[in-house]
Order: sequence, then structure tokens, then C-alpha cells
Amino acid sequence: MSRNATTRIVGAPITRKEGADKVLGRARYVDDMEREGMVYGATVRSTIPRGLIRSIVFDPRIDWSEFTVVSAADIPGKNHIQLIIADQPCLADAQVNHREEAILLLAHASKQKLREAQAAVHIQYDPMPPIFTIEESERQDVIIWGADNCFKSFLLEKGDVDSAWSSAAHIVEGEYRTGAQEHLYIENNGVIAEYSAESGVTVWGSLQCPYYVHKSLMAVFDLPEDKVRVIQTETGGAFGGKEDYPSILAAHAALLALKSGRPVKMVYDRMEDLAATTKRHPSRTRHRTALDRDGKLLAMEIEIVTDGGAYSTLSSTVLSRATLHASGPYVCPNVRIRSRSWATNMVPYGAFRGFGAPQSIFAVERHMDEIAAALGIDRIELRRRNFLHDGDTTATEQAMREPVILDQLMDRALAESDYHARRARFARENPGSPIKRGLGVAAFYHGSGFTGSGERTLNSQAGVDVVPEGKVRVLVASTEFGQGTNTVLTQVAAEAIGLDMEDVIMAPADTGIVPNSGPTVASRTVMAVGRLIERAGLQLVTMLREHAGLGERFTREEFFAACEVYRATQGSVVSLCRYESPPGIFWDDQKYRGEAYPAFAWSVQVAQVAVDTVTYSAEVEEFWAVQETGRVINPVLAAGQIEGGVAQGIGYALYEKVVSENGRMANNQMTNYIMPTAEDVPPIHVYFEQIPFRHGGYGAKGIGELPHDGPAPAILNAIKDATGVSFRAIPLLPEDLFAELATRHPAEEAAAV
Amino acid sequence: MSACWPTLHMTVNGQDRAVQAPPMKRLLDVLREDLRLTGTKEGCGEGECGSCSVRMNGQLVNSCLVPVLQAEGACIQTVEGLAASGELHPLQQAFLHCGGAQCGICTPGMLMAAAQLLISNPHPSLAEIREGLAGNLCRCTGFMRIFESVVAAAANSAEESTNRGASQAALAR
Amino acid sequence: MRGDPEAHELIAPGGLAAVLELISRAPGEWTPIAGGTELMVAHAAGKLRSQKLVSLWGIPDLRFIETGSSNISIGAGTTFCDLRAHAGVAAHLPLLAKAACLIGSIANQNRATLGGNLVNGSPAADSSPALLVYDAEIEMVSVRGRRRIPYAAFHTQYKRNAMAADELLYAIHLPLRFAQHRQYLRKVGTRRAMAVSKVALAATAIVTNGLVNEIRLAAASLAAFPTRLYQTEAALLGQTMTPDAIQAARSALLAEAQPIDDIRSTAEYRRCVAANLLEEFLIGLRSEETPQ
Repeated sequence: MSRNATTRIVGAPITRKEGADKVLGRARYVDDMEREGMVYGATVRSTIPRGLIRSIVFDPRIDWSEFTVVSAADIPGKNHIQLIIADQPCLADAQVNHREEAILLLAHASKQKLREAQAAVHIQYDPMPPIFTIEESERQDVIIWGADNCFKSFLLEKGDVDSAWSSAAHIVEGEYRTGAQEHLYIENNGVIAEYSAESGVTVWGSLQCPYYVHKSLMAVFDLPEDKVRVIQTETGGAFGGKEDYPSILAAHAALLALKSGRPVKMVYDRMEDLAATTKRHPSRTRHRTALDRDGKLLAMEIEIVTDGGAYSTLSSTVLSRATLHASGPYVCPNVRIRSRSWATNMVPYGAFRGFGAPQSIFAVERHMDEIAAALGIDRIELRRRNFLHDGDTTATEQAMREPVILDQLMDRALAESDYHARRARFARENPGSPIKRGLGVAAFYHGSGFTGSGERTLNSQAGVDVVPEGKVRVLVASTEFGQGTNTVLTQVAAEAIGLDMEDVIMAPADTGIVPNSGPTVASRTVMAVGRLIERAGLQLVTMLREHAGLGERFTREEFFAACEVYRATQGSVVSLCRYESPPGIFWDDQKYRGEAYPAFAWSVQVAQVAVDTVTYSAEVEEFWAVQETGRVINPVLAAGQIEGGVAQGIGYALYEKVVSENGRMANNQMTNYIMPTAEDVPPIHVYFEQIPFRHGGYGAKGIGELPHDGPAPAILNAIKDATGVSFRAIPLLPEDLFAELATRHPAEEAAAV
Repeated sequence: MSACWPTLHMTVNGQDRAVQAPPMKRLLDVLREDLRLTGTKEGCGEGECGSCSVRMNGQLVNSCLVPVLQAEGACIQTVEGLAASGELHPLQQAFLHCGGAQCGICTPGMLMAAAQLLISNPHPSLAEIREGLAGNLCRCTGFMRIFESVVAAAANSAEESTNRGASQAALAR
Repeated sequence: MRGDPEAHELIAPGGLAAVLELISRAPGEWTPIAGGTELMVAHAAGKLRSQKLVSLWGIPDLRFIETGSSNISIGAGTTFCDLRAHAGVAAHLPLLAKAACLIGSIANQNRATLGGNLVNGSPAADSSPALLVYDAEIEMVSVRGRRRIPYAAFHTQYKRNAMAADELLYAIHLPLRFAQHRQYLRKVGTRRAMAVSKVALAATAIVTNGLVNEIRLAAASLAAFPTRLYQTEAALLGQTMTPDAIQAARSALLAEAQPIDDIRSTAEYRRCVAANLLEEFLIGLRSEETPQ
């Protein structure tokens, strides 16, 4: 199928498939659902960050016979949540390792009685010394996990870094830090679970990856595949926060369902969701960079560390992506990246849009501006001199076989933002104003799909079928949570088969119905799963031509008639495909060398920031995002992804701080965890360049995470431009700006920056 | 216990409804549980996110902060009451056309806030749109397409459609 | 939802007299609830201690804005939307109109009342600084009658006020004597909307021939309750706005302010930003324009 063929549906701004239900208020999220005989579940959680559970006493003022009580002892299978390493218990047994760790589960028909009962469980602990920071964990004075506190480490080497220092004209060092970030999906985590001897466990829930939950439940309940069923309900935002966490919640509700014999609904309220569920990994990155006289990169030595919290969850893969994005979109002959993820007694961190890349891209793109300042080279020019081009190799020695158009993206970003003229204007206006304005730029890539051989390991399967009612169904485990899965995959199917949008629907995201097309993560859905749907659609037409007399051209009536002919002889009309790796993907997991990703999306972002020297607040006044993400399947949905990702990135940089006290999120209310409102978001201008990627669905590459990678460094680069002061940590709040800027007197006309 | 609770009367989406509930039950919970109108959502319970926004006596309120006793005799409109007998409200049409809804959980509250805005200000400036929607948090869209949707709907004269929708019960549950 | 609706009684006697009668019979037992934007948040968090609540919502005797010849009287049950929409408030009390726009969101402004804002008594209360620099008077009412005190005397300690257990806040009276004053209000929050104030400064002043003849300054979050900055005012009265005088005023404010560190901000930030806001106002006094 030609990547450049004219398409009818792919590339069109097709209305969101489930949009009508959403605007009518008819879309059913898990808390809108009930099951007959349903009761509610609640969790009794640890109030200390680390220690042994000495005793659990149930206050006799409660009539406990009314309640179902579940502890680790009630787990039929394994007491762990199966992610990568199985170190996280489903329920704490002898020891707790973080605040809010789940210890007991309670069920009752009355939510009020549940609350009273939660408060009536008295747990005594023998506390053990907790650690809360990366530095404490690195010191290894207190070992809280494994032999050395280290969840994972990587060493990536290219060339010979050590030989570069002596010949370098310049060596620039810097340390950069990022804080935790909360997903703040507007719908909290929630599930409903049922158990019966004949069907096993059934879970409905707000989740991204039905098969992740499925796999986890199989282990907890020691049940075979066909005795566990997971069904995704309409999901009100996820951003990675419903990638791994739902496996825990699903297991909890299902355990209560098993023991109580009733359906159990567990929906967190905001305070619980904020305090107890995953967040983005905090990070610290250290750069040491050697450059020649002209600012060409000679060597990059990078150390990245993340805080994984108390259990490993996805820390190793987050670290992997952080490592593979750490050296930026630049050519550098000598690179060494050492990365580690450390255990602390914080609530375990998990997946969040970008998955390690926002952390390391923040560091490298801030560092490039620091290098530019140190060398006296324009920061745009410095980047251009080092950009990757076609045929160049990355830090993993992956050759850029697909076009790399960073120069073009930069040109467009500078043109659309009127970069030079604005900067000139700010240079004139800033000295006479208490508001200091600046522009900042970030250039970056985001690897689409799973790393290295990840897609091959996933071995995804997806396809289409046709139901007698005359609809084609897309069969995927890929879920919709706002990003447009339902619409783009039905677009792809309709295009490939030659039907209209009305003829194609999504099969329910139900493990009892759809194959495992892999998790809805890593910006892989349109690219990898879309490609499977494209192939399956074409394959279906071929099958019908070969076995049911479908003509070379056909009407929709002829198509569905042929399907019935096919069904009569074959029993069903199904076309499934398995993932096929693009040729030449070699990846060495030990040396971290080779093709790290099948494709890259590229972007240049520009932020205009105003720093008010009276209040020390920084606000983004305008933002431009230029990206190349392959073929854009749906321009409205694609732009929506960029705009939403940029807004979240702005929050990450300037507003969103997780305040921790003794290992617990102290600001676990929306009044105190601050995301930008409609009055805070700037105008966000979005521009796509399209270079179709032949191995992605209709030429698509990943898009969802890319836009969250750039805003933080672009914004802090703009603040440096505006004030002359370098800030190297996010979230950067007014109180932090104040600490550096307060020696200056605001509001005096003559103040120079 | 329920025998002690007063019966409260209110008009919801044009229909007279009677509810027996403890007076301190939140209007949000009465709508969702007693009246089975689950379109209105709970995102925070603190009046911060706006996903529980409804129109009460012609004003936008966060239903999670209204004790149901104070809704006695009130005229309430929820998202289920926006569309008029088979026709989407211009805001709903605009949200679909412009991409104003992604995950959809903020959408009901956002639509009510936008509807209220267009009633009091049929041709709002962008600054007025921002202010009118400042109490409704959206984590998915970055707000751009929501603003665009409101501008588009304003161009389609929202006010008379809202009045139509308020008096039609056809699409309400 | 962590509160138990069944654990609280809420009644709406409907008229002011009935409410006063109720709370005089059992002083301290009944917590008045108007728009509920504070109490219902506590209820949802499971922290509403009051078992008995009496609704003030919709009581006509409490919801009014009356413009007289020498003052404006605002009923305690007036919402912030009412304040925003009132032409007289906009014309005569622009700082109060501005404060009303800065509270919460439209949905919150439709329910939050002026009386509730004052009785809640947060040091960060949005309406307080404006009321203080407008010399507001508080009128309280009980079965025993009515009495007035300066608003500046209303707050006595952190979240404590001068009302007796059987009293309700009835009205806020503001004199119409600030038309010629230079006026200033600025709120600094965590974001542009839906933000609890980290610090705010309100000011009214008369400057004649370059000399400060009258000055009133009030701040949010610089003390345990909203308060005038009397020492800073004293440092400014009779002064011309030379750079030295402005610096002296800054120093006075920095010394007078007693902010704290809390979950939203730090004492140092609040203190310094308050001084910056003051400086912004004072520099504005030097010129023809009134900074807003």
C-alpha cells in the first residue's frame, strides 16, 4: 500500500466516534454503572512509610460480621502485582514500605459504614528507618530494597568518552532536577469486580491496558486465561496513570468480590487517588559535555537517576526511555550514559506520558542553553550545528534511515513565532518594565513504540471481524481514553477495506472478545496497532475476493453480502494479523546498542514567557509546537494531542508540585495541587510536517507523548532569556524564582537585567 | 430513618421531580443516585474541577457544594437537558465538530458552564470565554478546542436553543 | 464523599427572625450555612463538625445592596456575583467589585456570600482587604437587636471574630467617601483563577501636592487574620513618594508583616511580594495613573 496514496478517510477530520455520547452525557464511566447486589469496597492503608506490622486490632464498636474483610491471607494465588518484577505485593503482609500501602480491604453495602470501619481498624507498627530521597538511597546507609536499593541500571557507551576531554576546547557541566507529577485525570481510578465459580473473575474499570490487568489477576487468583475477563469502561483520562495502577485496584475489588460473593465497586475519591496512586518519577541528571571551538559536540557524559518509590513497578522501562532520550537530537561521537533507578519509601512511581523522556529531555535541552551561554554561541545556532541528519547515528549507533528534518522544523518554529523580532522587542522593552519577557526553544525526538525488541516481544495481534448485523468491528485491546483510538482505528479500517465510517465500529475492549494488541502506551497505537488494522483490513478484502466472490470494486451492499457468503462456509468472518517487525531492527539489550526505536517523532517547540518581577510568577504567554509525526490520520485529534500535551508540560514546568511530608503527599486536594486553568493556558499554535513512515498505520508514527517532552525546557530556557538567570529544576514556582531574583528591585524603571 | 427526611420538589430538565433525601445530601449525589442522571460527574468533591456543574435557577453552580435542601423549589438543568428533542444543542454540535471533548469526563460540566456563558453573554470575547470556563478543569485538551467550540456555537446563536432545551424533557432520563 | 449526610441536621426556617430565634434558643449549637462553598468542602472531606446547620440561603432580608446618599449597605447573604453585577459597587467600590471577580470561579461566585467570606475568617479572604481600606462597618443582629463595629475590629484571632454566640452577620456598610482616593488591589495566587490567595494588598490613598494625606493599607495572609497595616501606614502619612520614603515604607511593611509558611507558599515570599505590591502602588502614586 503506497504511503502517499490519496485517502478518503485517513487524513480527514472525522468526528470523534464516541463523541455524541460524551456531549450528551450518556457515556458510561465506571462510577455511572451498577451491578445487581453490588456493595462497595474500601482500603485500609499504611500510615507509616516503612516498618513491620506488629498487630491489627478490629475495634469492637463495629459489628464486623456485616463486613467482608480481606487480607493477604485471602489471596488464592500469588500475593504480587505482576508487572516487570513481581516485587510489589497486592496486599502488605508482614511489612509496609510506603505510606498508603494497602493492607486490608473492606466491603459493605453502605459507604458510610465502610468509612467508619476504616477508621476502626487499629494497626500497630514497628517502624523501620525510611528513606525519601534519591541521595539517601544512593548513599546505601539504609538498604530498603534488594541488596543495594537499585531497581535497575544501564550503561550506554558510544565511542571513547574519556579521550575527549583533553582535546576539548570547552567543557560544560550541569545538574538538572525534575519533581514528581500527578496525572490528575478528571476521573479517578475505579473498578467494579465480580466473581463466580463458573466465569471466574470479571472486572470493569477505568484502565488503559485490559490485558495487563488480565495477566495480573491470573497470578493473584491462580486462574487460567479463560477464567479472567477484563472490560474497559469509558475512561476519563489516563496519561499513564491507568497503565499499571488498575492492576492493583482490580485485584483488590476482585478479592472482595470473591470473599463476599457480591459485585464490588471501588472508586477512589480525589484525596485517595492523589495520595495512593502512581506519579511521574522524580529525576536528577548530571551532564558533562566536551565541545570544540565551534560548539560541535565531542563527548557527552550523562548520569541519570530516578526515584522509583518503594516498588519497582515500571521503573526499569522508564529509566530505559530516559536513557535513550538523554543525549538529545544531536550527533555526538562519544557518549556515556549511566543511569539508575533507586528505591525509596515513597509511594511507588509509575508511567506518565513521556515515560522518562520528559525528565532527560528537560536536562539536555536546558544544558544546551547553558552550553550556548558558556561558549558565547547563539543557542539556536548551537543546536543546528549538532542536529542529527539523515544517515547520522544516535548514541545507540542507530542510523537515521528515515528522513530527519530538524532544520526544517526549527526554521518553521522560528518563523511562526517571529522569534527574532520578538526577542529584539523584548530586549528593548524589558529594561523599562517590571515584566521581563523571553523566548525559549527545545528540540527533541520521541521514540515511537516500545524500545528495541519490545514490539517483537509483545507479539501483538489485532484485526477486524464482521458481524451479521452488517458492521465491521475493529478487534483491538487498545483503549480510548480521550486520545482518539476509537476514531483513528475505525478510520484506518474503513479506509483499508473501502467502506464508510458508519460501517465500522469498535468491538468492546473486553479480553473475552478482543485479541491482545498490546498495551495502550508508548505512543504505539496508531503506528503499530494501526498498521495491524490496515493489514487486517486489506487481508479481509483479499479473503472475500478469494472465497466469496467479492469483485475488484464493490459497493457496501456487495461487501456485506460477500461476508455472509463467507460466513456460511467458514463460520465467522475474521481477519487477524500479528505484528511484523520492520526489517533490520537489531537491538542489543545488554550493550544498549542498535535500533532503539522503529521510528522517531521530531519536534521543535518555542515558548514565550513573561516573568513578573513584582510577584516572581512566570507565565507562558504563547506557545508554538512544530512536529513531524508521520502521516496525520485525523488532524483535529492530532492537534488536540499536541495542545493537551503542551498544557500538561506547562503544568509540569510551572505549576504542579507534589508536596511530601514523611513520605505522603500533603497537598492531596485539587485546591492545592495546581494545574493550569482556562485562564492560564496560552494560545498554543500547532504545525505538522508529515513524512509518512512506511511501517506505521497509513504512515503514522507516535504522537501522544511527544508534546509533553519539550515545554519544560523551552519554558525555563525562556526564563533564562528573560531574566538572565539559569533555573535548573522543575517545578519552578514563584517561590523558587523569588529565591534567585529577589535581590533585584522590581517596578523601578531604571532596573537593568 | 428515611421516613424522617423531607420530600423536596424541584424541576430538573423541565420535569417536576420529588426526592426524599437527607437535607445535607449533596445535590450532585441526588442527581446521580436518586434521579439517575449520571451525566453530571464528580471529579474532586471540593468545587475545584467543575465537572459537577449544573445550572440552578439560571445560574451555574457546583452541585457537589449544594446541600439538596437548598435546591428545594429550584429549576435545575443538567447536561441531559441541553439537547432539544433529538437535536443537539449548538454547543454540543460545536464540541463534536471542533474536538472540544477528548476523554469526555469534564464535558458535561464544561457544556453547562459554556451554556451559561452564552446565555449571559451571547458573543463573548476570548477573554470572557476563558473567565467563564475558568472553573472547569480539562486535563486532556489544553482548552484550545473548547474555546474554539464556544466561539463556533456563539456564532450559531446559542441562547434560543438553550431555552428550547430547558423545556424539553425528551432526551432527559 | 467522606461526610455522612445523615449525621447532620439542616433546616431552613426561611426568614431572618426565625433563624435568630433558633440560634438564640441554643447559642452555638446551630451553624449558619449560606452558599456552602466552605462548609460543604469540609463535609466532603469528612471534617464538618457541626451536627446542626441552619440555612441562610435565599433569605431576602440578608441579600440586598442599597445605595444611600452617604454609604452602600450590603447584606451578608449577597453573593459575589451580585457584587460583580451591581453598578453602584462598580462605581463607588471598585476594589470590592474587583475582589468579587477574583474569588474562585463563576460557579463559586454564584454561591459564595460576602458574609460567609468574612465569618469563615480565613487570613486569605478575598473580600477583606478591600473592605478594610474602605473603612467598612459590620452590622450584627440577634433577637436582642442590632449593633455595629468597625470591620477592622471584627476579626479577633485566627478564625475567631467578635460575634456573640447568638448573633448573625447582617450587613456590611461602606461609606461613599473614596471617590477621590487612589485605589489599588492586587491578589497573588497560584494561578490566574481558582486560586487561594498567597498574599494580597489593597490600598486607598489621597495624595495632595505630592504628600500622602490619607493612606489605608490592608493585606491578606500577612497575619492570623485580614488586617490593616497600621505601622506601614504611619511610615507613609505625610510623606512624599521619594525613593527613600518608598524604601522606608517597604521596610516598615517587611517588619510589620507576620506571614507563615504553609502548604501554598512561604513566609519570606509573602513578605517580600507584599512589599513589592506596596512599592508598585506607591510608585503609581508618583504618576497620574492609578495602578490597578
